[in-house]
Amino acid sequence: MFAWFGKVNFSPYTKVAEFADHLKDGHLKGSRCRKCGYTTFPPRADCPECMSGEFEFKEFSGRGKLHTYTRIAAAPSGFEDEVPYTIGVVDLEEAGRLLAWFGPTVAESDIRIGMDLQVVPRIFEESERIKVYYTLDKPGTTWGKT
Amino acid sequence: MSRIAVLGIGHGKFGRRSDATVQELAFEAFRDALQDAGLERKDLDATVIGSVPEYHKQRSLAGVVQEYLNLNPIPTWLTEVACASGSAAVRTAWMGIKSGLHDVVAVIGCQKMTELATAEILALMGRVGEVQWESIFGTTFPGYYALFAQAHMHAFGTTRQQLAQVAVKNHYYGARNPNALFQKEITVEKALESEPVASPLNVYDCCANADGAACVILASEKRAKSAARKKPLVWLDGVGCATASMSVLRRPNLHSLPSASDAAQQAYRMAEVAPRDIQVAEVHDCFSIAEIMAYEDLGFCEKGQGGRYIEDRKSWIGGGGVPVNVDGGLKAKGHPIGATGVSMACEIVKQLRGDSGARQVPNARVGLTHNVGGIGQYTFVHVYKRD
Repeated sequence: MFAWFGKVNFSPYTKVAEFADHLKDGHLKGSRCRKCGYTTFPPRADCPECMSGEFEFKEFSGRGKLHTYTRIAAAPSGFEDEVPYTIGVVDLEEAGRLLAWFGPTVAESDIRIGMDLQVVPRIFEESERIKVYYTLDKPGTTWGKT
Repeated sequence: MSRIAVLGIGHGKFGRRSDATVQELAFEAFRDALQDAGLERKDLDATVIGSVPEYHKQRSLAGVVQEYLNLNPIPTWLTEVACASGSAAVRTAWMGIKSGLHDVVAVIGCQKMTELATAEILALMGRVGEVQWESIFGTTFPGYYALFAQAHMHAFGTTRQQLAQVAVKNHYYGARNPNALFQKEITVEKALESEPVASPLNVYDCCANADGAACVILASEKRAKSAARKKPLVWLDGVGCATASMSVLRRPNLHSLPSASDAAQQAYRMAEVAPRDIQVAEVHDCFSIAEIMAYEDLGFCEKGQGGRYIEDRKSWIGGGGVPVNVDGGLKAKGHPIGATGVSMACEIVKQLRGDSGARQVPNARVGLTHNVGGIGQYTFVHVYKRD
């Protein structure tokens, strides 16, 4: 159910919909092309290299380094109640990049480009419907089954 | 190879235009351009409209503009590539004439933005990032450029002061442009003290949403040379266009726009010029960092030296470099997204004609526009020359 992914979801139907089920179970998955092995995050069903449509989900460690970040003070509609929030882009250890909010283990003043981070699967506790996402936290941060 | 000329330009007032519909704005710019070209409506073969449809309640905008200008039944169509829609319209008109299909084409960039609330615009604009994996975290348009700014500062030591100096320059020139939204000079201190939007960008690092329209009329070489005219001819000799990934997660780096350097190379090659030949430039300063990256991507300075370029006042008139955005840029003029690319073309033609008054670059004969769509997903670079 990809509709579970994100506070506001804009694209509930996708060939990689199972990503959200895995995230709900506490796993971060990228994609791996069955034909040429191209591995990436965010996952994609159709290989940009060899054009094969055969893919599999590949478990990612969630370890990465901060590439860049920003603290958003002026929010778009749907996010007004979260303001201010800090978004980071991380280069993932396996492949690709990920964009997310910082989690509670990282103080705003400690954020530095190049720092090591851990992507942590999360669930919106305050939401009645299932909503999953992930945050950028200190290396070694553990999480239960979300 | 035959050339394409700009016969006429028209530019309306940018700002909160609660007095007009989008087609009424288009009319003002179109009427001025027609008059400037010394043409009548019957001389036109087609129009191309540059605009971003999501901002208007009217569906299929080209139709209502064409009707209001009383141009039926000649052809029209819309071009959309986010904030570069206006330059896409210029390129499309250029292609239409070059193909031999048309001789004279009016390009109209127009946009009405201020009928939407700011949070709605932030949400809409933020969705020029990738919606499946990014927008779900509340990304915004300034937020994306802030990611670039932070990366640029980290990689090259660019400072907040240097970012602010871009805004100071563009406000200085905006104060000399009667069509600009903001016609008021500011100081570095004022820019640095303004409200935060997305760190490290404050309000004065960001251009303002606006309403407005601009028009240029392009013609084939044959048609241009036979037309009676009062103004010197300006030629669109180089057109470049390139793309880069929609998602910032798929870019090679986050401190430059590869589409801009690719488009620039194409335009320079076609126009047979080098960056050092450019005497005046209009670049896409939707955010202060975007102008600094533009200096680098266009080859006005070395990669990483963009901050230094503005600090040393190279991009001011008489600063020893390429004067940039001497009409105020998006920053001071306002950014009616579909109109912006056409507005840039108007200013360069004005400069090359020597008609820019208090903000004239002396003896400018070669000029450039650099119009970026989204966060560099699309860039159009056009090189203009005066006879």
